[in-house]
Amino acid sequence: MFQAILFYFYAAILVAAALGVVFSRNPVHSIMLLVLAFFNSAILWLMAEAEFLAIVLVLVYVGAVMVLFLFVVMMLEVNIEAAKRGLIRYAPLAIAIALIMVVELVQLIWLRGQLAELPGVFVAYPEGYDNTKALGSVLYTEHVYAFEIAAVILLLAIVSAITLTMRKRPGLKVQKIAEQVAVRSEDRVRIVKMKSEKKS
Amino acid sequence: MIGLQHYLTLAAMLFVLSIAGIIVNRRNLILILMCIELMLLAVNFNFIAFSRYLGDDTGQVFVFFILTVAAAESAIGLAILVVLFRNRRSINVQELNTMKG
Repeated sequence: MFQAILFYFYAAILVAAALGVVFSRNPVHSIMLLVLAFFNSAILWLMAEAEFLAIVLVLVYVGAVMVLFLFVVMMLEVNIEAAKRGLIRYAPLAIAIALIMVVELVQLIWLRGQLAELPGVFVAYPEGYDNTKALGSVLYTEHVYAFEIAAVILLLAIVSAITLTMRKRPGLKVQKIAEQVAVRSEDRVRIVKMKSEKKS
Repeated sequence: MIGLQHYLTLAAMLFVLSIAGIIVNRRNLILILMCIELMLLAVNFNFIAFSRYLGDDTGQVFVFFILTVAAAESAIGLAILVVLFRNRRSINVQELNTMKG
């Protein structure tokens, strides 16, 4: 019972934060609310006993990806009003579609649950179960090739992000270190032989 | 008692909300990217709920890979966004008609 109250509390915060992300006027507020949404989902994942992924969600998403979003939003300095002009026009249609879809999905989930007479509740893990250990033993044995491909995808993301955003600016005054090191005294100093001149 | 159906319902609500977000905010590219992140979160909720329900850890491994791909996707997407803003001074989706598609 206590667990159910906690679940509904965090789920309510999560849905409210997601609503705020979608309908907020300011992109910075949207990102803050998205951080709240991710944090609450991490708590809900903890309640589903997926501890490792909950911590990964907080570290990777809240710690890295959301900060990246925040950087970009604050760097771009977008005109908010111009970007939000379409919000009023399409909001009724979007809300109608969303309501229809959510009613259908929820009906489907609960109806199927009742028809199949599923137990619905999660089976408790045995005593001494370690989520991180279990996940690691599956990840590094059965799915090791997928794991390596994931590493390559991350490398690809690094390379492509750097390649996309790097730019060569013409007219920039930079040192040419190789030429500076390779220079010899003959290139710079010319010794001229001449006779001394008398003062008149 | 909280079980599979509660988690699935919550994930469905999140997913539908992010679809509505894409329709509503379809001018602002950053908000579209954020809605995609929210959508992937809803998918991860489904994976975790079913993994827990079936007692199979493979679902959680899938969540791991989805997180990896989503992080790569957002990094590349934001890099494209920065380049776009540098060239066009705007991230309005409506103005991106260079390719006449």
